[in-house]
Parts: sequence; structure tokens; C-alpha cells
Amino acid sequence: MSAASSSASDKRAPSEALLSIRKVEKQFAKRPVLRGISLEVASGEFLTILGESGSGKTTLLRLIAGFEQLDGGEIWMGGERLDKIPAYRRQVNTVFQSYAIFPHLSVFDNVAYGLRAKLVPRDEIPARVRQALAMVKISEFERSAPSRLSGGQQQRVALARALVNRPRVLLLDEPLSALDANLRRQMQIELKSLQREVGITFIFVTHDQEEAMALSDRIALLRAGRLEQVAEPREIYGCPKTAYAAQFIGQTNLLRAEVREGTATTGPIAWPSSEPPGPATFSLRPESIRLALSAQPAASSGATAQFQGQIKNQTFGGAMDLLEIDCGNSYLIRARVPSPGSLTGRQKFEFNASDAVRVLESSDT
Amino acid sequence: MYSRAYKSAVTIPPLLWVTFFLTAPYAILFCYSFWSVSPLQTIVHNWNLQNYAQLFRNPLYLTVLLRSIRIAGAVTLLALLLGYPLAYYLSFHAAKRKDLLYQLVIIPLWASYLVRGYAWKTILGSDGVLNGFLQYLHITHRPVEFFLYSPFAVILTLTHIYTPFTFLPIYASLEHVPRNLVEASHDLGASPFSTFLRVILPLSLPGILAGATFAFVLTLGDFLAPLLVGGPSGVMISNIVVSLFGAAYNWPLGAAISFCMLLLVVTLLLATERLEKRFTIS
Repeated sequence: MSAASSSASDKRAPSEALLSIRKVEKQFAKRPVLRGISLEVASGEFLTILGESGSGKTTLLRLIAGFEQLDGGEIWMGGERLDKIPAYRRQVNTVFQSYAIFPHLSVFDNVAYGLRAKLVPRDEIPARVRQALAMVKISEFERSAPSRLSGGQQQRVALARALVNRPRVLLLDEPLSALDANLRRQMQIELKSLQREVGITFIFVTHDQEEAMALSDRIALLRAGRLEQVAEPREIYGCPKTAYAAQFIGQTNLLRAEVREGTATTGPIAWPSSEPPGPATFSLRPESIRLALSAQPAASSGATAQFQGQIKNQTFGGAMDLLEIDCGNSYLIRARVPSPGSLTGRQKFEFNASDAVRVLESSDT
Repeated sequence: MYSRAYKSAVTIPPLLWVTFFLTAPYAILFCYSFWSVSPLQTIVHNWNLQNYAQLFRNPLYLTVLLRSIRIAGAVTLLALLLGYPLAYYLSFHAAKRKDLLYQLVIIPLWASYLVRGYAWKTILGSDGVLNGFLQYLHITHRPVEFFLYSPFAVILTLTHIYTPFTFLPIYASLEHVPRNLVEASHDLGASPFSTFLRVILPLSLPGILAGATFAFVLTLGDFLAPLLVGGPSGVMISNIVVSLFGAAYNWPLGAAISFCMLLLVVTLLLATERLEKRFTIS
């Protein structure tokens, strides 16, 4: 049983949970893709399912949308069993990775498609379509054929086409992955403010951890069909539960240390720790390490740990430089410090002992 | 990029082919259509429009032409009604059976036209399989005569022969319908039936047009099926052309009819090509 799923309640759905995913299993050709996923999504939440390719994140989304059938478990939405309903009766809409705009229909007809399918009164349709187009800022393309739109504009049509139906949950399958970097950042900001504006629950799938951190209320980190950790971005970054979570979300130094008598030691580095004695793995973010003022004594004191090392590599990064520090015996530590100018030779570094966070080697232990 | 020698090497053979096997014979045929036959059964090169005039004066030709168009229309409709559901099933729902079924549809194309024609003769004839079966069941007491040697038999045989030709372009166009559009349609609340009408059918229109054109044009020019199973009431325009070039020995009139047919078919092809382009979405 994974660490994350044991915390989620399987028996009762809390009243505030809109979507409840319970012990979901899925196989493709007998190869398990999802193994016992349990997750609750609150109303109005922006949840990101984050994972590398092959982790099962798109499959989970397709199960919620109804394009795939469960092999085990249940999905509930607002007190109703969702996984027994065909896709076209679910109050869920999807923004596809490839946009999936109907090529034979105009932008207007694309956006009106869902309203017409649901037999919304004819005289209501134009106003709702125009409102949706205005919301994503493509009103001027109303009469255009989709083939004349750029990728970013098609993206907006896909978004309008989904949102116009006022779904209870909007599913987004890596919608920004085909856009170039600048447009992508702009769309991230717009997407987030759009979500606040409409108040619809967003479930967003991505492999980009920066995007996940920038957008989400909560991140569900998926690894090989299991949930590694479900938490707010700050928490998952600051207190990763596992070594995988620490490495996947942001950069980190994994310190495989030995704790004895209140001190953790790894290679030449030692710091005070309240962990029980024995081997333990810690995550120390590069930006938690700073250059020590030379006036201070070399020994570690109190809650601050100090160590020395040879500068092996310095990468200029504008405001912050990335340093690779050789602490002896090829023990490499990465630090991100405010650009100090060119550094060479041996330098002294320090970090707060509380920034070295204990992590589990894997979610199964 | 390519040398002049290479360019001529790839251009000249098809050019010669078109000249000797297409342009030249058609030009000769075109000339024939303005000549006439003397009472001594020789071709006289006196240029005139008599043959074309006769086409419109003699009601026989117009009757047969209209019948041919009606038969071609019926075959086209039946081939579409049979071919489209088959292509749709294969493309969207056959899953593992897809390859096998595809081969089964294609295999009849490798069988000789004559074999398939004669097969219908043995099925529809008065001692045929169908009549034997009906009499065995005591539905009829005497052989039903109108099965064979009728426009009905021609339509049945040609539908059997040309349905694969209709199936193939429809199947190809259905295979090109992006599957995520079908998912998007379901996602937006459209039922499978509504999705078919609003997404799959419009996107397969080019295939339908191509398939319909195949069936119509091939049927219009067919002369073997009427010969084998048509009888006097099933005679089609090509049979008349065949007899004019054969026993009747009136090449000029045969050439004139051929040219009118050619004009009809080319017009049809140009029209459907334009329509296909309109419905094809990049």
C-alpha cells in the first residue's frame, strides 16, 4: 500500500470532495498501468497529476473522461458513480493534448458543438458561444476555419469548446506541451486566472514540474502507476516524502547518511538531527546551501552545519549561480547561491540543519 | 537537382504511352464519328454530323442510355448501402478481425469477372439455386423467370462486382478520421449515433464520393453483365456500342455513341473531383 493512498479515505467521501477516485486499477495487455490509485479532488480545486511519461497520468485522465474502462476500483462524482456512465453523459469535459478541433466546422460551430449535442435551446447558443470565445480572447476568429489558426489559437478554441458546457470537472491533458516557451508561460498565467474566474475544478496532467508548481493548488505525483505523494506545491517541495519526489520536483542533493547520537553524517558533512539512529536518506535543496562567511569558525555549531569543498563547476544563471562542489572523495554537492562572481579553489559552505529533510528511499517502505 | 537526361528518361515513356495508347486511338475514333458507311459496307470519309443526329432521332438509343443511367444509379446506391456499413464496421469496430475481413472483401476482386457473372447465372436461372430453393420450400411451384435475363439480374450482378470498389475508398477515408475527434465528440456529450452523423459521416464524404463515382462510371460502361444475365430487357448502352462495332458493322455510329459516353463520364469525373476537394479538409 502506497504512502499516499493509505491516507485517503476509501469508505466515505468527505462532503467537500467533488471527485473521488477509489483504488483504481488499469491494465493494458495484462501490464498494470495504474495500481490502486485513490485520490479525492475538492470542488473548485486546481489539481495537477504530475509524472514522467509512462507513469499512467494520461490513463488516469482518460478513465475519468470515460474513454477507458476501469479494471478495478470506482470513480465517484458528487455522490454518483461516474465510471458506470458512458463518456457522453458525464459532466466532465476534456482539453486534448492534440486539441482535437473538428476540422470541418468553424470555430463557432466547434464551440457550439457540445451545446447542440445537449440540446441547449437554440436562442441561448450564440450568446454562450461568444461569451466563451471572449473568455479565451479569440472572438475575432468566430467565423474562421480551424486550419487557419495557429497552435496557440487552436488551444484557446479547445478550451472554449470545453468550458462553454460548464462542466463540473475540466480535464486538461498536457495542453501546453505543444506551445513554445513564451506562449506557454503566458498561457499558464491565463489558465490559472481563468480557473479562478470560472471556479470549475481543473485536473491538469503534465510532466513539467515547474508548470505543476506554478499552477496547482495540489500536486499528485504519479510514479509507475502509484501515487508517490499528494500535497500542495510548497509542501511537496519543502517536505518531499520520498527520494523520488525530492528529485522529480526541483533539484536536490540526496544525502545517504548515518544517524548516531543526534548527528547525521555523510562523507565529510555532519549536522545535528533528531531522526532515530541508523541509516537515513536526506534531501537538501541546492538553494538551502550558502557561502559561509570566512570570519565564522569552521566547526558546525548549533542548528547550522558547515562543510568545505573544492569548486568543480560554476554555471552562471543570472541572479543565481549553480555550483558543483567536490567535498573530497568525489562526494559532489550542488549549491545554488546568489551570483558571487567567479569562485575558485576551496570554499566554506553552510546550511541550516532543518533544511536537510528526511525522505523515504521508496514509497513502498 | 536532377540532370536533363534523368528528367527525359522519366518523362518520355509515359508521354509515349499516352500518345500511342490514349490520344491517337481517341483521335481516330473521333474522326470515325463524322464518317459514314456505304451500302457496300465500306467506310466513306464524307465528313458530316449524321451519326450524332441519329443518336437523338432514334428513340432506341435514348431509351437504352436512360436505362443504363438508371441501372448505374441503382448499383451505386446499393453499393454504397452495402459498402459503407461494411467499411464503417471494419474501420471502427472490427478490432482483431480487421485484417481478415479486409482480405475477405478484397479476394473476390482477384476472381475473374466471367466466373462471377456465370455464378449469378447458375443462381438466378430457372434451374438455378434460388428457384430450386424456393420450390423446395413450396413458396413457388414453377420456376420464377424474371430473376434471370432482366435489369434486376444486371443490377444484382453489378452490385456484387462493384461493391468492393465502393468499399475501398470509403474504408480509406474512414481510416483517416482522427480517432481523437470521435473521443472529443463523446466528451462534448454527443451520443455514438450523433457522433457518426456529425463527425464521422461528414469527414468520410470524399470517400463516399470516390466510391460512388467508381460504381457509377464502371456500371455505365459495363457490357458483360447485361450480356450474361441481362437478356433483351437488360441491354445497356455499351452492348449497343459492341454490336455496332461488331455484327452491325457501323463503326461511325459506334464511335459517335462512345464519344457521347466519354463526354458524360469525363464531366461526371470533373464534377465529383471538385466536390471531393471541397469536402476534403487538410
